[in-house]
Amino acid sequence: MSQGSNEQRSANRTALEPGTAAPDFQLHSTPDQSVSLNDFRGAPVVLAFYPADWSPVCGDQMALYNEILSEFRRFEAQVVGISVDGSWCHAAFAKDRKLHFPLLADFEPKGAVARTYGVYRDKDGICERALFVIDPKGVIAWSFVSPLGVNPGADGILAALEDLKSQPEKK
Amino acid sequence: MSRSYFPPKLVLPVSERDHIRGPAHAPVTLVEYADYECPYCGMANPIVEQVQQALGDGLRFVFRNFPLTEMHPHAEHAAEIAEAAATQRKFWEMHDTLYAHQDALEDLHLAEYATLLRIPTSEVKRALAQHAYRERVHEDFLSGVRSGVNGTPTFFINGMRHDGSYDYDTLIAAIASAAR
Repeated sequence: MSQGSNEQRSANRTALEPGTAAPDFQLHSTPDQSVSLNDFRGAPVVLAFYPADWSPVCGDQMALYNEILSEFRRFEAQVVGISVDGSWCHAAFAKDRKLHFPLLADFEPKGAVARTYGVYRDKDGICERALFVIDPKGVIAWSFVSPLGVNPGADGILAALEDLKSQPEKK
Repeated sequence: MSRSYFPPKLVLPVSERDHIRGPAHAPVTLVEYADYECPYCGMANPIVEQVQQALGDGLRFVFRNFPLTEMHPHAEHAAEIAEAAATQRKFWEMHDTLYAHQDALEDLHLAEYATLLRIPTSEVKRALAQHAYRERVHEDFLSGVRSGVNGTPTFFINGMRHDGSYDYDTLIAAIASAAR
């Protein structure tokens, strides 16, 4: 875990650090529905920013989270994927990969939420491959920015959720 | 990639519960997490075989299950039948058979492969109807998740996740550098 935050700092100095209040947002989860971070208050949230639907590594990353939803559920955690793709694109991607968790469209203004979390890549017009675990009170408990081409897996997320569970009253 | 990036490490050490090829004293252990229905794992399998042949006693190879069941509807049963084969000391025969027939992994096919390997029908039933090995497969899967397995196949060389490609030359080079 401590290793994770070191990596995160060196990979991207601007990503929001643990202890920071997670900026709220409202984004489309389907073409006609939207979700806000505050909707999840009271349970841990895993925000998984990823560069794009359909690219092979992201596919694997979302597919992996999809396979271990039951593990996340053990911590009552909600996982959401976020990229700059539009909601129709997300819908097609989620259907193709049979994903059972929401993909949010950081589409208009493009990348606005990624920017507030400090994980937007201006030059590329996409967000970093960045993970945030947010505690039930809406504070960032853990964050990690992976090298863009490396699927970060789920070990860091599960360790962070475990830490949260073991210190539920920590402010 | 940043300089201070460290790949994650294997959390479940290799033990007698594992399917192992090669000597325990080998200087390098290669652990693979894989899914029998995954085409990339299918492509990686002959490469892993070549690597084992080239390194002989210099390598211990370990296979662990990581079935991605949402994507690959036959992967779980395939993993379970291989575990059933293991109880008859025929794990590797089944493992190789499954990879040789990735396009035919319905229960019917799995039962056929088991018959060809002379695995008792009762054992096949225990695996496919009663899911006697589901927990074993899930244990592998979870150990992979906790170790940072991020897709299939994922390799660990002496306990460190191998983030490079898994073509022959890259694997041989990574193993050689771990042996040093």
